[in-house]
Amino acid sequence: MAIRILVGVKRAIDYAVKVQVKTDKSGVVTEGVKHSMNPFDEIAVEEAIRLKEKKVAQEVIALSCGPAQCQETLRTALALGADRAIHVEVTGKDYEMLQPLAISKLIAAVAKKENVDLVLLGKLAIDDDSNQTGQMVAGLLSWPQAVFASKVDIKDKTAEVMREIDGGSETLRVKLPAVITSDLRLNQPRFANLPSIQKAKKKPMAKMSPKDLGVDIKPHQEYLSYEEPPKRQGGGRVANVDELISKLKEKGLI
Amino acid sequence: MWSQTIRRLSTSALTRVRHPKLRRSTHYATLTDKDVSFFERLLSSGRTITNPDECLPFNIDYIKSCQGQSQLVLRPKTVDEVQAILRYCNEHQLAVCPQSGNTGLSGGSVPVFDEIILSLRLLNSIGNFDENSGVLTTDAGCVLEKLDTHVRQYGHIMPIDLGAKGSCLIGGNVATNAGGLRVVRFGSLRSAVLGLEVVLPDGSLLDCLTSIRKDNTGIDLKQPFIGSEGILGIVTRVALACPSLMSGVGLGFFACSSFEQILSTMRLARKICGETLSAIEFLDESTYNLSLKYLQRTNKPIESNKFYILIETMSSTDEQAKATLEKLATTALEKEFVTDGTLAQDLTQYKDIWAIRERVSDALVADGYVFKYDFSLPTSRMYKLVEETEERMKQFSNVGNVTGFGHLGDQNLHLNVTVKDGYSDDIKQALEPWLYEWVAKEHGSVSAEHGLGLHKSKYLELNKGKHSLELMKQMKHMFDPKCILNPYKVLPYKID
Repeated sequence: MAIRILVGVKRAIDYAVKVQVKTDKSGVVTEGVKHSMNPFDEIAVEEAIRLKEKKVAQEVIALSCGPAQCQETLRTALALGADRAIHVEVTGKDYEMLQPLAISKLIAAVAKKENVDLVLLGKLAIDDDSNQTGQMVAGLLSWPQAVFASKVDIKDKTAEVMREIDGGSETLRVKLPAVITSDLRLNQPRFANLPSIQKAKKKPMAKMSPKDLGVDIKPHQEYLSYEEPPKRQGGGRVANVDELISKLKEKGLI
Repeated sequence: MWSQTIRRLSTSALTRVRHPKLRRSTHYATLTDKDVSFFERLLSSGRTITNPDECLPFNIDYIKSCQGQSQLVLRPKTVDEVQAILRYCNEHQLAVCPQSGNTGLSGGSVPVFDEIILSLRLLNSIGNFDENSGVLTTDAGCVLEKLDTHVRQYGHIMPIDLGAKGSCLIGGNVATNAGGLRVVRFGSLRSAVLGLEVVLPDGSLLDCLTSIRKDNTGIDLKQPFIGSEGILGIVTRVALACPSLMSGVGLGFFACSSFEQILSTMRLARKICGETLSAIEFLDESTYNLSLKYLQRTNKPIESNKFYILIETMSSTDEQAKATLEKLATTALEKEFVTDGTLAQDLTQYKDIWAIRERVSDALVADGYVFKYDFSLPTSRMYKLVEETEERMKQFSNVGNVTGFGHLGDQNLHLNVTVKDGYSDDIKQALEPWLYEWVAKEHGSVSAEHGLGLHKSKYLELNKGKHSLELMKQMKHMFDPKCILNPYKVLPYKID
């Protein structure tokens, strides 16, 4: 029986943009800055589409939580091959304070509602680098998890996942339903081709609110300040090996 | 390790060996120790290079088609130093090859024989940007990309963009009236140059460095220097009008089965994208494949076909830029002008797709020796030339690829032939003058944007006629009576 997959996509500041911290240290500048789908989510979407192409999956649902602009990100997911999209609308101050735990609750609620067999997420989002959502979704649903996936094979309601770990890699076998998060080497995402981009415009996009899902998105953490990392100090030039040695001695390094 | 680098660099034969008919003029003095001492005193601390290994990179051009034998590289830091150098060379009849970023593609940026190389690279202070007028006044030795980053802070961009932007210097861009990718939107560089400061061959300074947009007072003396390729004077400072930065950008990349479909798509783009259109480029199959191979892309953006067209839009908002592009994509697909395509979904895809077009020159150099041609032709005839060249090259087993690509919106074809085992005289004879005569018959240009440099100076008369050539020579004589600046290039060289 072909499975049904829920893929989470996040609208984050584009990877190629140079991020600037606001002068009042309350956050980063997002106004007028280019946003796009979190690169790890692109990889997750690509994996879901490949599973559909292999006929392992029959349906791929894309999900995003945030303001109206998330619909652009969802349209991209649809253009890459997802069948339908769900937009959980969270705006204004609520969106600014939206944290991984609240998002995990929303994803878990949708996963239950849609009765999916697999939740595929990016391992982390490049804006906050939290790396928490996938794990917490699994916890909330009491589902097994295989995170940092670099290879996924699904057969007979079981997933064999190769994971990237510090020492190299490890292979897990998990029973579906499960949560898998994508790592960089899982695949190389495709470009959305024109016919798909056209078709995407007609695919269904449902809108709902956290209240509709019975989820309280109240934040549990307060961000005190945002600062840039310390500026890199310039290096110095030395004229010869002797000077190098004396400089190293000066700094107490030898 | 340095000598290994040198050995790798000298994959080019000496120009004087490859062009045996070209003779060093006896009109010029030979460099003496006395001369070298003068320059060493003038330019402090290591800004005179005489070591042959260190001179070598300045002697070879970007596409490795030319190698000179200069024994002296001078690196002035100020306009005064440039003036002093030229004053001395003029007095002592020493030939000078001015060198900017050395990214030129016509062999104009390196010496032919032992001309002294005057590098502008150290004249690199960025200068002033006026936010009210959008005018940048800057030194000639600034890297184009650095200038672009600088003016972006103020919400403006440089008026030109080319693949070599990370290495080329603005002085050279002005001296060659560089074209590039956005001529279709911003016009040629000439229209953006408001003022120039030029050092004339006798060392005197011509100050036309106004940074105002309108100045109809007398004869516009800066005009001849733009595109003069360093034969009339050395540009030391430039005042440029910089267009506003448009934050909304869209990029579409489409595949077509024939050149006619490419043209239909182009006309459709002009109609639908209208004022948002900012670039129209095309590539043929062999260019596309070579580029992907060089970039080591395993992930093809779209289904393969015979031709590819790249359309970029710019507007004040992303929505506007993307809306016109999407409308173009839908219509082009419906009318079956294109067989496949993709729209860049984020900045990374935007850069990746542009790289396929921008890195073509590097991809060609990696494929072998490159015979490089840059023509303006009536758009409908452009690809016919590529097809006929391919036919003509069939007899040579060592030809790698015949590639056609370029600035479709400006009627500018880049035709390149790669040769697998290095330069071949036979292939050169088969290509020239046949190609140039073909282009002249169509009333095109033998060099749309690359200039004449060394390689194309002999075709100037074919393109412009005897009378124009005479007047050009008179002007050259007026500015440079001793003929010391960038000799043997641009104007056809006759042994006096």
